[in-house]
Amino acid sequence: MFQTLFLADILAVPRMYYVVPLIIAVSFVYGATRHERLDQILVHSLRSAVWVTFFLAIILGLIWFGGFWN
Amino acid sequence: MTQLRFDGDQGDMIIDLYDNRLAALLAWLWPGAGHFYQRRFAKGFLFMLCILGTFLMGLRIGSGRVVYASLKSEDFRWQYFCQAAIGIPALPALVQSISIRNGGDPIWVMCERYPAGHRVDGRLVEYSRIDGEQSGSVPGSLKDGFMAPPSGKIDLDKSDVLGMWHIELGNWFEIGTFYTVIAGLLNLLAIYDAFAGPVILTKIIDPFGET
Repeated sequence: MFQTLFLADILAVPRMYYVVPLIIAVSFVYGATRHERLDQILVHSLRSAVWVTFFLAIILGLIWFGGFWN
Repeated sequence: MTQLRFDGDQGDMIIDLYDNRLAALLAWLWPGAGHFYQRRFAKGFLFMLCILGTFLMGLRIGSGRVVYASLKSEDFRWQYFCQAAIGIPALPALVQSISIRNGGDPIWVMCERYPAGHRVDGRLVEYSRIDGEQSGSVPGSLKDGFMAPPSGKIDLDKSDVLGMWHIELGNWFEIGTFYTVIAGLLNLLAIYDAFAGPVILTKIIDPFGET
């Protein structure tokens, strides 16, 4: 229930989608500074993207829960 | 000329960094240029696409107003130091800053605004945009320039051009600023990569010679 509400709230804010290009760019650049071969860069970028998304989701969740105490 | 040799998963790999200081300079001037100079075309293209794309998207989101150089105490634009790490794409902000320094007009004007205290039909319209048809006919009008600092005085206690930017753009001003700052910081990573090569943990020989 909470998860559904949380996702619905987040997806309803169009500005949230502006984080996607940033995550992609940051992941690719970070991956590219760690490897030289494109296949390795892609794998590292994918891992970074998942990690960054997870990290941002945690922060977003904390802020979202913090909103209940306003 | 600096070369790096790595013990990769699929055999050894040698990366020729050529003159790595020149490469770092080129990487600062234009994202990916240092890697093109080093013949690392795929990475150069990747850096250019990601970094320049992020910067231009931020600039578009912020309507060309989020990248500007201002050292005034009431509007100290520290973000420009991060944005300047992208090199030439952020350079127009410096040119604009110099061009308006002694009360001059910016070079690339995007729109004009009514000066402080200006009224039209008794209504206060200071700092509002002047319609295209009327532009040039209002004495003392202020000009919004592409990558130029807000014109007129900045006063935190009164309305001013910077305040109008925030009203007109809303959150997009911050989002655009964030994009362009991130782009500049990402280019620092690209500059490091051009200078010292990738941070591969299995590196077995660190710059091994001048050839």
